[in-house]
Amino acid sequence: MKKTVFFGALMAAGVAAGAAAAATLDDVKARGKLNCGVATGVPGFAAPDANGEWKGFDVAVCRAVAAAVLDDASAIEFVPTTGKTRFTALASGEIDMLARNTTWTFSRDVDLKFTFVGVNYYDGQGFMVPKELGVTSAKELDGATVCIQTGTTTELNLADFFRVNNLSYEPVPIETNAEAQQQYLAGACDVYTTDASGLAATRATFENAADHVILPEIISKEPLGPLVRHGDDEWGDIVRWTLNALIAAEEMGVTSANIAEMSAAAGDNPEINRLLGTEGNLGEMLGLSADWAKKAIMANGNYGEIFATNIGVDTPIGLARGLNAQWTEGGLLYSPPFR
Amino acid sequence: MSDVSFVRTEMLPQQAPPATSVGLVGWSRENLFSGPVNSILTILSLIFIYFVISGVLHWAISPTWAATSLGECREMIAAAYGEGAGHKACWGVIRERWLQLMYGFYPPYPVVPSANFGAAPEGAWPAFFRPNLAFVLLVLAVVPVLFSNLPRKMLWITAAFPFLLPWLLWGGTLWTPILVALGFVIGYLVMRFAAPVVGTIAGFILAVAVPLLWWGFAIGPLADAFSSVLPLAIPEVQSRDFGGFMLSITIGVVAIGCSLPLGILLALGRQSNLLILRSICIGFIEFIRGVPLITLLFVASTLLNIFLPPGTNFDIILRVMIMVTLFAAAYMAEVIRGGLAALPKGQYEGADSLGLNYWQAQRLIIMPQALKISIPGIVSTFIGVFKDTTLVSIIGLLDPIGLSNSIRADQAWNGIVWELYGFIAVLFFIFCFSMSRYSMYLERKLQTGHR
Repeated sequence: MKKTVFFGALMAAGVAAGAAAAATLDDVKARGKLNCGVATGVPGFAAPDANGEWKGFDVAVCRAVAAAVLDDASAIEFVPTTGKTRFTALASGEIDMLARNTTWTFSRDVDLKFTFVGVNYYDGQGFMVPKELGVTSAKELDGATVCIQTGTTTELNLADFFRVNNLSYEPVPIETNAEAQQQYLAGACDVYTTDASGLAATRATFENAADHVILPEIISKEPLGPLVRHGDDEWGDIVRWTLNALIAAEEMGVTSANIAEMSAAAGDNPEINRLLGTEGNLGEMLGLSADWAKKAIMANGNYGEIFATNIGVDTPIGLARGLNAQWTEGGLLYSPPFR
Repeated sequence: MSDVSFVRTEMLPQQAPPATSVGLVGWSRENLFSGPVNSILTILSLIFIYFVISGVLHWAISPTWAATSLGECREMIAAAYGEGAGHKACWGVIRERWLQLMYGFYPPYPVVPSANFGAAPEGAWPAFFRPNLAFVLLVLAVVPVLFSNLPRKMLWITAAFPFLLPWLLWGGTLWTPILVALGFVIGYLVMRFAAPVVGTIAGFILAVAVPLLWWGFAIGPLADAFSSVLPLAIPEVQSRDFGGFMLSITIGVVAIGCSLPLGILLALGRQSNLLILRSICIGFIEFIRGVPLITLLFVASTLLNIFLPPGTNFDIILRVMIMVTLFAAAYMAEVIRGGLAALPKGQYEGADSLGLNYWQAQRLIIMPQALKISIPGIVSTFIGVFKDTTLVSIIGLLDPIGLSNSIRADQAWNGIVWELYGFIAVLFFIFCFSMSRYSMYLERKLQTGHR
């Protein structure tokens, strides 16, 4: 009897929790601020500048969502999360969305009960070696000592890759990227392996960056994207389509320079009109204003502009578009139609 | 009788001691070169010290204060010393980020939240006025406790400080701290006037329950009502904006300030004759001591989130402060129990024979002695707690260690390690060393020569 009452109470609490959690959009609007989980610091993706302003590629996604929902790209409470606290912060409702280079995997999507709304950066694990070793391919790394961050998927990927290719290696376990840089430069390991974007950012800080090469092999798929909780599909749609709006804007040639002109009146291209809200009622369907996508794009420009400002070839990180180019240019970015 | 005398009739004038046994030479002969082994050790130590100091100075003396990125530092070093100058410090990062390392994201001018570290906006108080004032008040509040020859009136600052600190740091209306303080007065009055009527134990329970009800239910509406008449409010600052040393010091001060009284109560409870009270205290102390602090922090940051009903916004920094305080209190209780155990039984019996009740005996006889014995242990617990606050970086709070990672994520400073950690280490050393020196002063002052 007592047990039944207890479980009944628990269920009631669960239902109440579900009901309370279901209206993230209302919560965000009532609060007037978007709680966005970001990394405590990943070069190019999320970092506070000297004025305490958060900047970066992942941060730009948060800002676009805040602009779309609240019409203010700075109405955000950035919640720095570590690899250990990020998922509980999202699951418990402390944050409304997580944009923290998180790899989209089966178990995170299904077992941890999150919804990955898309991919904002296609990453993959790579290798960096000193040029003087004369190595040109990862398959020549037999017997190498490898600096590797412990407890990450990169560690497992590395083991898989060397086993498949019948190579041997000696791991040098390290804890953080900063430690890895020191160890690698001190010669404690021949090879440093982590996500290719991280390798590029690390190499850019070296005194003699040209003395180090990033090998062509990419040994894993790391699709990084923003995610939200299960159970609130309306909110998931808002984040998903805000990201898609940024991608579609680049595809359609809508930039922060010409968006004011394009959105002033309906133009010749009906899809641009629907995106920018001069035609149709897409914003209304999302529960947002008609010009939600315009605001999202105006926050930091379209996907290509965000990429170029934060991690593109003209930044110190200097990443080429590669897989992250539009599908029309041989990349994987493909936004479903705005219709 | 000849006047040849075999005995001196006048004293020889005093001579200066030989040059080899006084002054620098004498001192070093006696202390550094008193034998072949000592001489060798001295020379080896000197060589070692020379290498360490010259290495550190070679690294630290570096004309890079004005640099705005690591690359610029390297250019400056190359320009000043030529290529191959070796590893040199890049101090630009400290110049650019030291305010962030001190205050985190705390708005310099909370009146104008959009104003950043730049020039002061019109009509605002000086930058970081509130945290700085809180720190000055902290010093003023602590000093009369530490140095007994200061005017006793200063203790009023000490009494007011626990209520002023949250108001200064978090902002809001002044009514809240006033009403919270009033809760203690209510508790005292209940104890004073209700206890004679309803009996000691019931009076004690009432004195605890009434203020709790007051804090829980009356304060919110009352503060709102008062502030609608007379606001007395300063702009609010979110806990998320706390960071850097300000965060470490806030957590450390709260944990240190609350853990000592809590620890005393736990230590007394552990020695109590009341079975339930004793079991609870022992269980609490042993449980907390058996769990690493980082586990408690994870409980605070993640587990509590899941257990609390969704939508409750239980401040993360408050959660961390509670956990660190509980952790410190358990250790403090054991340190003080050591002091209690060291007291001879005669002291307790003496107190009883004077007819003092339990609390009088504790206050007048037992605690002054037990605390005096425990000073070194208490202070090292304080120092440990203060240093342990850096663990909050693991749960994503941006204390100095967490910020050093964020600063490195700025591409301009990616790759800088030693400068940041060195700066943080020096600041922590200053705080911890002051605490340790104070404990030594206190021990000397209270040394009444029992042994």
